[in-house]
Amino acid sequence: SVSHSQITRLYSRFTSLDKGENGTLSREDFQRIPELAINPLGDRIINAFFPEGEDQVNFRGFMRTLAHFRPIEDNEKSKDQNGPEPLNSRSNKLHFAFRLYDLDKDEKISRDELLQVLRMMVGVNISDEQLGSIADRTIQEADQDGDSAISFAEFVKVLEKVDVEQKMSIRFLH
Amino acid sequence: LDYQHVQVPFEITLWIMLASLAKIGFHLYNRLPSVVPESCLLIFVGLIMGGIIYGLNDRSPPVMDSDIFFLYLLPPIVLDAGYFMPSRPFFENIGTILLYAVVGTVWNVFGIGFSLYGICQVRAFHLQDVSLLHNLLFGSLIAAVDPVAVLAVFEEIHVNEKLHILVFGESLLNDAVTVVLYKLFRSFCEMPTIKSVDVFAGVGKFFVVGLGGVLVGLSFGFTAAFTTRFTKDIRVIEPLFVFLYSYLSYLTAEMFHLSGIVAIIACAMGMKRYVEANISLKSHTTVKYFMKMWSSVSDTLIFIFLGVSTIGENHEWNWPYICFTLIFCLVWRALGVLVLTFFVNRFHVNTITSKDQFIIAYGGLRGAICFSLVFLLPDFHRKKLFIAATTVVILFTVFVQGMTIRPLVDLLAVKRKRESAPTVGEQIHIRFLDHLLAGIEDISGHWGQYYWKDKLEYFNSKYLQKILLREYDQPKSSIVLLYEKLERKHAIELAQAGQLGHGPAHPSLLNNDRTVITDQKLEDTQNPDVLDNMQEILARNLYRIRRTGPAYNRHTLPGESEPAEHAKELLILRHKGL
Repeated sequence: SVSHSQITRLYSRFTSLDKGENGTLSREDFQRIPELAINPLGDRIINAFFPEGEDQVNFRGFMRTLAHFRPIEDNEKSKDQNGPEPLNSRSNKLHFAFRLYDLDKDEKISRDELLQVLRMMVGVNISDEQLGSIADRTIQEADQDGDSAISFAEFVKVLEKVDVEQKMSIRFLH
Repeated sequence: LDYQHVQVPFEITLWIMLASLAKIGFHLYNRLPSVVPESCLLIFVGLIMGGIIYGLNDRSPPVMDSDIFFLYLLPPIVLDAGYFMPSRPFFENIGTILLYAVVGTVWNVFGIGFSLYGICQVRAFHLQDVSLLHNLLFGSLIAAVDPVAVLAVFEEIHVNEKLHILVFGESLLNDAVTVVLYKLFRSFCEMPTIKSVDVFAGVGKFFVVGLGGVLVGLSFGFTAAFTTRFTKDIRVIEPLFVFLYSYLSYLTAEMFHLSGIVAIIACAMGMKRYVEANISLKSHTTVKYFMKMWSSVSDTLIFIFLGVSTIGENHEWNWPYICFTLIFCLVWRALGVLVLTFFVNRFHVNTITSKDQFIIAYGGLRGAICFSLVFLLPDFHRKKLFIAATTVVILFTVFVQGMTIRPLVDLLAVKRKRESAPTVGEQIHIRFLDHLLAGIEDISGHWGQYYWKDKLEYFNSKYLQKILLREYDQPKSSIVLLYEKLERKHAIELAQAGQLGHGPAHPSLLNNDRTVITDQKLEDTQNPDVLDNMQEILARNLYRIRRTGPAYNRHTLPGESEPAEHAKELLILRHKGL
């Protein structure tokens, strides 16, 4: 659960982004943030906020997406295992990232999807062949069931040595 | 031979020529600047020059005149720093910076002053005639971290943006505290008795000096912006206004005994936005280049003069005092950083790590400001002792700390590295996550001062822009402005390359940049050589997240560094996609 002051801060941020003042954000509102324009994944991140097929996101949806990035408190780690998994668990954080790769939502990152993301993240000095072989190598390292695509479980395994909890958490309060 | 007629300008020009030739000399050996920071080499040249002059004339070489330093050599450097200061990280961390600058400096001054007084009580050192007040006065001038030296060293080591801005901002802003304390103790030296009223007056004076400096700077800055509104028909002298107004703000502040450095920084930061919108593109480039040039020359001259002035008979070598000064400077700085960081980390979730703390403490270099202040001291019988101690401290910090900070940083970084190299997949995914997080941070408005930034933006668009900007039409978003700038620049480049009119501009731009490596057979991805190559390719070509690039660099203009190039490429790609 998010604290009261955090909610207030996020709400003031939400309203300052909402230039149309109609209580929802559209894609243009996000695109107005200058730093997102030079972020290679900018468009995909923006899309992640909008539920399937919709063009507006309300505050609840805004908060729900951002809740994935809340740091994991120590006292939450040993909470009851029977309740629903919190949005900011390691698994859910990774699933959020996975969904940014997996555009067609088939729970697999295919070679093409990987290539698309790679192309967005590297400069113009890499040829298509080089990129292709990098993609092949990536899939080869991760693929365990031989389907030439990365499933979510394989994705999790690749990143098992990485401190995802720390990497995918933002400090809401400065 | 009419040497007397041209002597002064001739000698000045010769010194500047020597400084510039020395700079060329260093960069001829590529490896040298990476081992020994430029400031050390320049002091060394100065030492040699001083030695030559001493040998020829058999008397002390000309000591750097404090007036020349404060009036002519220091302002360009501070102006350059203030103008190119990345305002977002600066204001994000302004609380921490002010804490270090004000509280940290006061802590250092009193710490060093009192401990040195304690040392003076020891009979064996023959120092009993140095009173507490003298020690505090000495403390006030030696405690301040020097922006020139810090800048010179820190751009050789690439630390993260936040750390860089902390040390840099602190070194610039502690001038206000230094000025107040120095003048305070100096006036106390002349007063027969000191009442507590005087002490309180001193504290009040600090606020006056600091805030007064900011006010003076901002008023000159806005006047400059207003002036450039009307310069449409005389573009050639536009750059001049930037420099004239900044220098005037410095001089005016000094005239009123306010902090000139704070004034010039406030002036530069205040006027930058509006002036850049008003003046022509060429004037803009001129301003940037001249600023870099002047600050470079000043910087070089300062270090050379430091070297020259060291040689001579100005020193009284009382080794215990000198050694203890050095030790106390280091110790008190380290303690100050530790204690302050402890408090800072309580309030911010983004902690300053112990590695950062070490760099902040170790990066507290002293430089020419202390040197000039010590020469400004009133003549009393122990002045030469202070001069000697100051010289040793400066030389030690610049040479020893300056040269060793880079290996130490590398050493500390290496300890944190992983045991095994990351696989290709890991590299990609980690970078992916970094970009993702940077984007989420931008969306969630990560910085805490957003409230004030909003208010300032509102004030700006409602009032300031209407008065200070020439054409106030529909405010364009910053992306559109940036895009327009890039469009213009690329159109010019393409026209010069003779490619305009041969089809769509952007695809050809991209295709020409793509280098297809044909002599590599990439069929076998199991090949370890190919694998290493892949990792190397990725390491070189993956876009860095914007926060890891150094935001301020003495030697290059902003917009020419690698992160900026990547940003341009990204924007072009987006334009293609739109």
